[in-house]
Formats: sequence, structure tokens, C-alpha cells
Amino acid sequence: MELIYEKSRNGRTGVDFPLLDTPLQETLSEKYLRKEKASLPEVSELDVVRHYTVLSKLNFSVDTHYYPLGSCTMKYNPKATEKVAGLESFNIHPMIPQLPSGENFTQGALEVLYKSEKLLEEITGMDSMCSQPMAGAHGELVGIMLVAAYHKAKGNKKKTVIVPDSSHGTNPASAAMAGYEIITIPSLPNGEMDFDLFKEALNNEVAAVMMTCPNTLGIFETRIKEIADLAHSFDTLMYYDGANLNAIMGKVRPGDLGFDVVHINVHKTFGTPHGGGGPGAGPVGVKKKLIPYLPVPLIGKHTDGTFFLDYNHPESIGKTAPFYGQFGVLIKAYAYILLLGKEGLIDATEKAVLNANYLMKKLKAHYDLPYDRTCMHECVFSAKNQLQHKVHALDIAKYLIDQGIHPPTVYFPLIVKEAIMIEPTETESKETLDWFIDIMIGAAEKAKTNPEVLLNAPFTAPISRPNETKAAREINVNYFFKK
Amino acid sequence: MKYTPHTETEIKEMLADIGVSSVSELFKDIPESLRTRFFDIPKPFSEYEIIEHFQKIGKKNKTDLLLFTGGGYYDHYIPSAVDALSSRAEFYTAYTPYQPEAAQGTLQSLYEYQTAVCAITGMDAANASLYDGGTGVAEAVLMSFRLTNRNKVIIDGSLNPIYKKILHTYLDNLDFTIIEIPHQNYGTNREKIASLIDDDTASIVVQNPNFFGTIDDFQDIADMIHEKGGLLIQTVYPLSLGMLKTPGETGADITVGDGQSLGNPLSFGGPYFGFIAVKIKHIRQLPGRIVGETEDKNGKRAFVLTLQAREQHIKRHKATSNICSNQNLIALRGLFYLSLIGKKGFQVVASQNYQKAHFTLTELLKIKGVSLKNKNPFFNEFVLELPKNASETVEKMLSKGIAAGIPLSLYTPEDKNALLVSVTEKRTKEEIMKLAETMGEVLWN
Amino acid sequence: MQTFYTKDHEWIKVENKTGTIGISTFAAEQLGDITYVELPSIGKTLKMKEVLCGIESVKAASDIYAPVSGKVIEVNENLENTPEVINQSAEGEGWIAKIEIASLDELKNLMNPDQYKKYLEDLNS
Repeated sequence: MELIYEKSRNGRTGVDFPLLDTPLQETLSEKYLRKEKASLPEVSELDVVRHYTVLSKLNFSVDTHYYPLGSCTMKYNPKATEKVAGLESFNIHPMIPQLPSGENFTQGALEVLYKSEKLLEEITGMDSMCSQPMAGAHGELVGIMLVAAYHKAKGNKKKTVIVPDSSHGTNPASAAMAGYEIITIPSLPNGEMDFDLFKEALNNEVAAVMMTCPNTLGIFETRIKEIADLAHSFDTLMYYDGANLNAIMGKVRPGDLGFDVVHINVHKTFGTPHGGGGPGAGPVGVKKKLIPYLPVPLIGKHTDGTFFLDYNHPESIGKTAPFYGQFGVLIKAYAYILLLGKEGLIDATEKAVLNANYLMKKLKAHYDLPYDRTCMHECVFSAKNQLQHKVHALDIAKYLIDQGIHPPTVYFPLIVKEAIMIEPTETESKETLDWFIDIMIGAAEKAKTNPEVLLNAPFTAPISRPNETKAAREINVNYFFKK
Repeated sequence: MKYTPHTETEIKEMLADIGVSSVSELFKDIPESLRTRFFDIPKPFSEYEIIEHFQKIGKKNKTDLLLFTGGGYYDHYIPSAVDALSSRAEFYTAYTPYQPEAAQGTLQSLYEYQTAVCAITGMDAANASLYDGGTGVAEAVLMSFRLTNRNKVIIDGSLNPIYKKILHTYLDNLDFTIIEIPHQNYGTNREKIASLIDDDTASIVVQNPNFFGTIDDFQDIADMIHEKGGLLIQTVYPLSLGMLKTPGETGADITVGDGQSLGNPLSFGGPYFGFIAVKIKHIRQLPGRIVGETEDKNGKRAFVLTLQAREQHIKRHKATSNICSNQNLIALRGLFYLSLIGKKGFQVVASQNYQKAHFTLTELLKIKGVSLKNKNPFFNEFVLELPKNASETVEKMLSKGIAAGIPLSLYTPEDKNALLVSVTEKRTKEEIMKLAETMGEVLWN
Repeated sequence: MQTFYTKDHEWIKVENKTGTIGISTFAAEQLGDITYVELPSIGKTLKMKEVLCGIESVKAASDIYAPVSGKVIEVNENLENTPEVINQSAEGEGWIAKIEIASLDELKNLMNPDQYKKYLEDLNS
């Protein structure tokens, strides 16, 4: 499709500004001015609206398509939460509460942050929460910084972080960014982290163990408490990647499993929209011993019930976001939790697990299931049986696009060859699941009888398969850049 | 309110198919002793109640303040079509465009976004956005360490204090050195910077306009650092680029900043987006997602995530950054904004900010004892020396419904009487006169 | 002139004290379309098994290790703009760097072509 820049016509204008109502002032010396005008498009408002509306329709989205993308929890995003976040009364300049007496002007916004943190503490079983981190991976980085601050204060000499080989790529990347070396522990044939190898690898130099539970295979780590106890005996902290929290709400809490630090992906568990890849929000929760290091300001509550910005944490790691986190996202998560309430959160978890087990059961005759046991909120198949017909997981993914379904996550976790990771989510009905199951079974059949429809898919999408090699070799990331 | 569609009959059928008798059997892997017994979460709200509830909480905020508060985050006009387009569910309920055939809308938009960032900054290549300006500065500095194999960064003291704090939080536990050069008359202390650049200096971070609103031309600093094999990182207030010399023209290697001013509400501190753009030769060290143009197998134009081998999902602990998501929807709002106001509007809005701020200064200088602290020209923000304590003045002004600015004593206690005042295109002549009049009364009555 | 292989699928062709290094045809096939080679700098000294440089394909990034210790004396600048040469001719035109070998003794840790062939067969079975 044409770019907005290609629709530009000299002299055409879009949204206007009021005429300047103040008398003209002195002009700025030439040397401070840009020489050429920025190459922004010259288009009308309708040009812009139509261009991006048409573009938007090229996307698959939760509102338009089934989206069983494993590890991403693409559940329905309630519209009421959008409405709440759009209330003009929360559109406040973030410096206001930092001004003298300014907190009085922002009590409502501070209340939202304070109370949502309290609810997240209860859901995760942690002692204190901080909403600053701006995404899941950012929460991980902040969490590992807290771990580092804890060890530094105690005089511990720690150098490494342990992750299982099924972990998200962000776990080792976050730990490395905080200055740690990575030790990777392989998984057992039952999908759990190898406890014996873990025991061998653990020593006084290990700062933290980063895990998600259930893990990325959708399997609950049954020895998690033993792992945590053993880690703690070396003063090694337990880090919980909250990516899969949707599987356990009201059933078990990371804090009770022995985790010391957690981050939450509110765009996964608490129904805030993914926005095409962001904004998310990644609040971090900690046990008591880590509270002194949390980023500031925290949100405090006076005995008279008013809320304030709490900077009184001399051992704080500092500042990890410009203000108090992604407020516009956090307020949606808060509204979501209140809407569902206790019963609703438990119900969401139960239905997420029910849906995943149903899908797993119905598909396992047709696809290789490397870990054949009760799963939690997601299940991981392998397309390795389809390989004999030269059909890969990627081909099945592309075929699904032709059927109007967003593909599951493929090729992750890395430890499963030809992985197809399906997370149905709780907001999908049985008939949607049955429809998806039929199509997946059809794909397995076609792999045998008519592989071409998979190998050359998609046929009906806005584009056929793009040449990614060309994109990487002949880099073109800016329309106006000429080599 | 529940969003699960399961009927009792369906649940029974599904359980029978799975081969278990109850949902609780599916949770058997969770050891009994660890189960949650008490889950202290309130009862559900209905949809009607939730909206009422938040309207009520919202009333506890006071949002009709007349804003002259900036500090890197500004009250600009947002065209209606920005909200309309970003409210399209096809954009906001989609996920990361890992499947390009099902995400051309997001991918092409991001390519256009990257192009817009390059167009306004005069750089070669941009990524698909970072969390915000502050973490963007940290990423840029880390990038400069990787590119030069050096580990020292010099930062101009007139950099936004929020960025400085975030940078320290990111670097303090690592093997890097940050040297901060205090500002001189609310501008850059060039002599001091020149004396400190050495062969270990990876980069210098400067800001234009700086935190105090001062405009500068950093070409000389670019030359100085390049001579020593280091890099210039320039952070910018993107809206000012409708007027000001671009980082590209200045010779910056990396430019970074906060995109809030481009079509995004203040929203109590977020979500905003960070933009980062570089000279093409540095592209492989850029963190985060990048979209590239290519062709599909029929030769049709197509867009994909590219150079993914830099990223954590492939390179894990050796990745350029741990960053996974971008601020997609917020960055797209920036694109919608820039497209809607277009080439001309971008110039107009910058110029109005400049004009109105200068008019405001003229009016405020009429108050007895008020003077300007910036030595160099400024854009839409400036530092006033008040005849009285700035913090107390701001408090009194707030009680009269005016947020008159940021007392610099929040950052440097010795700056007792200094006030940072910001003016955007939204402030009318009448509002500016009201600011001046009220400040006169507060100071002298 | 003799060629040796490592378990990480690098090859080194030795002539006097100069070793030419690349990745094996098998490794190139595994990586798929190669999009970028981060060439080492000339003069860099390496111990055996240290990272010589990085190589990227669309969906993978790998490190290339020095088969033996030495100093980089030449790099294949062709690869800068045409990394696909490695896919076309991994063990010929697609060489990556030449090093001055520090100690010829270290070569005995490596496999000869027959041993490498056998090693690949074992990997596949």
C-alpha cells in the first residue's frame, strides 16, 4: 500500500491551529534554526483518517480474530476499562503532586495507584508493590536491580543468575543488563526444571533464580517450594516472571511459593490491551526484605486517609520511570480487577485452564505432544510429525491466517522442536475452541494430503510471505533515507 | 462482571472430554499445602457501577488548573483524529507484529513512524520506539559504550533531572563512569566539557532545548567529541524541531527524547514513548524493534520486523537490550499527530510555542523584582528569578487555580527563588495575562 | 595446505603459519540465509575458542570461535556487502578471516576432514 508520504501534495494542509493571539516577538538567530522543513506529509485530515483506518484493517486483533498466541494471554479487553481510562479527570500533569501542596490536587490519581498496588499485593502474596516499571521486561530489569541492591547492602558477592532453558528471552537479557552472568539449567523430560542439575549449579555466587510458574510449557513446577528453600539457604533470591500469572489467580500465590520478587504483565493477566506491542505495564512486588530498595517515589497513605508521594527510602535504587508508571494502563488494570472481583479472577483462571486442557486433549491425536500431562493455561505441541511431509510449524501458522485465526506462538519455547504454543484464554467460548480444533485437525490432514496449501499459505492475507532475508540484507527502515 | 462465556452444560461436556470430573482436578499439580486459602479481593462491580466509581474517584483530582508547568512534559493540543485512530480496535487489541501477514497495518504504520522520527530529527534510522525519554537516554548511553568499547560518559548538567536519575539507576551497579558537568547560567559549560573529553570517553549527552528551556548549537561539541573518537548523544524536545536545528544537522550520532509532546495526553506520567534515531552505521547496536521494508514472494511491497538477531528473543543474554515491547500505540499516536498537522503545522506549532513563551516573559518581567535567568535564547520555557521564594509563590498560585511552573528548588535547594515557566500554543493571551496579573498580586499584595 | 575442523563447525586451512578461517557448509545450511557478518578487527589477538566474530541470519545469531590461538591479519571485506557468499561457498569464497597462528601445536585438538565427516554423521543419527 502507498505510504502516507506518497499521498502528500504540495500545499495541502490538515489540522490547523488558532491564529496567534499574542503580539509578534523577536526572532531567533539563524544558527539555531533548522535549514530545511521536516519532510512530514502534506495531507488533509480525511487523507490521514482514511489511510490509517484502511491500514488498521490489515491487522488481526482480539476484537476481530481469534488470537490463541501462547505466552501472551490475548484475552478480551473490556471496553468499560477503556472508558474509565479516558476520563478527563485523570489527565493530570505528573509534576503537580510534586509541587508544594500539589498532592491535594491529585488525590484521586494517587488513590488509584495506591489501591491497585494493594490488590496486586494480595493477588501475588507479596508485601509491597511498586507500579513504576513500564513493561514486563522493564519489571524484570527493575526486579533484578532490587536483587543486586539487596546483595550489595548485605555485602554478598554474587555474580550469576540461574534461569531454566524454557525461560523467556527477556529473563537472561534482563539479568545480563543488570550485570550478571547467566547459568542455564536444562529441563527434564516431564517439562520441569532439572532439580539435580539445579542443585549442582547452585552456590554462594548465585544472586537469583528467575522462573515462571507455570513455566513456558504450561506446566506447574511441582518442586518449586524445594527449589525456593534450597535457593534461600544460599541467600539466593527467587524471582517470579509474572507472564503466566493468569494460570494461578486465587489458586496459589508466588509469595507463598517462596518467591521474593515478582513482576506482573498487566496487559496479559489484567486485560489491558496489548496496543500492537505496547504500552504494557510491569509493576514489581517484593517481600519485606527488599522494600528498602524499591524505586521512589512510592505511594503512601497518611493516617487521615490521604495519599502522598513517599520519597523517604534512602536505600532506594532510584528512579526507573519518569513518574509513577504507565498510569493510563494501570488504571485499566485496576478497573479490570474490580470488575471481576474475587469470584471473577478465580473464574478467569479456572476457565483459562479448562480451555487449555480441552484443546490439548482434542488435538493430541493429531500433533505430537512432547509433555503429555495436565497443563495449566497453555499447552505446547510440536509439528515434528508433520515434518515428514516437509511441513513446518511455520507453514501451519501461515495456513491459520488463511482461516482467519491469528497463529499460536511458534518456535518458542526454544527447547521444543517445531513448537506450537497455544494459549486459548478464558474469554473464548467452546464453539470458538471447537472451530479452532477442527481447523487444526484439518491442517494436520492437509499436511499429509495436500501440503501445498500449507507450504504456500497464506493466500488470502494482504501479503504473501515476505522476504525477510532481503529486509535484513538491504536495510530500508526510513522512506527518505538514500544510501 | 464476568467475561467468560461458558455455560454449565458446556463446562460439563468439556470436563467429560478431558476425562476429569471437576475443574479443580486440573489444578492437582499445585501442592495442597501451598494453596491460597484466603483471597482478600472485593466483590465484583457491575459495568455501570465501575464507571460511577471511577467518576467519583476522579472528582478528587483538580484538573482545571491553568498549566504553565512543563519540565519535559507539556500540555499541547491533540487533534480529535488522533484519539479516533488510536481507538481503532484493530490497532489497540493487536499484539506485536510477529506474523507479518496478519499485521501489515501495524508494521507499515511503524515504518512511517520511523520515517517521521528521522524526518524531524534529521537522522538516518530510528527504531519502533522505547518506553520513554529517560530510559531512552540510558539505552543510548549503553549503546555508545558498546559502539566505542569505552566506559565513560559525560553528561551536561542541564539535562532533564529525571533523565539523569534514570541513567544513574541503570548504570550505578555496572562498571561505568558518569561525569556530570554542572550547568553555567542555565546553559552548557563548554570549557569544562572540553577539558574532560579524553580517549576513554564513549559519549557526551546534551539536551536541546535544555531542561531550563535554553537553546544551543552543539556543533562545536560534536566536533570535539568526534575528534577523540567518541559519540554525541543529543536529547531533544521533538516539538521544538519545527523550528530548531536538528540533531542530524548538529552532527549527533544518536538522538533520543520523549514523544509525549507529539499527540499524547499528560495522563499523570504515562504512557509516553521514547524515540531513538541514529546514523545508519550504528543501526546494528540500536535496541528494540525495527521495521523494514521488503517484498513478499509475489514482489508486492511488504513490511517486517527486521534485524531481529539483535533482540532478546534470539540473542537472550547477549542481546543489545532486554527490551521486548515498544510503546506501539503511543508511538503511533505520535505518527498520527505529525501526519495530521503535517509539514506546515509542525512549523506553526513550534513557532507559536516560541512566540507565546516570549510574550509571557515580557508580561512577567513587568512585575517588580522579576528577572530572566537564561543567558542564551530559549524556546518555550525559561527560568525566572522571583523576588520571593518560588516554592511558596507556586503554592499560593495553585490555590488560585494556576500551576505557574516548577520551582527549581525541587532539584537544587539553593535555587530558592528560581521558577521554571513553560508556555504552550494552548495558552491564550487572556490566560497569559491572568498568569502575570495573579503572580503580581501573589508576590506583592 | 591442510584443513581442520572444530566441533563448533569452524574450519581452518593452514599454510605455513597462516590460517584461513570460515564456517563449514553444514553450519551455513543450519543458519539459513546469512544476513550479516560482524567482521573482526585486524590486529585482534585471540586465544583458542575465544569469540572471533558474530554472524547473523534472519532468525539466528551465532558466535564464531577461533579454532586456534593467533592474531587476525586479514578479513574478507567482501562479506560486508555480500554475506550471502557464505551460503554460496562456505568453505571457499566465504572465508571470514586469516590469522597468524600462534602455535601449530594447537591444531592437534582439531578434526581432519574425514573425522569431521564422521562427526556430522554421528550428529545426524
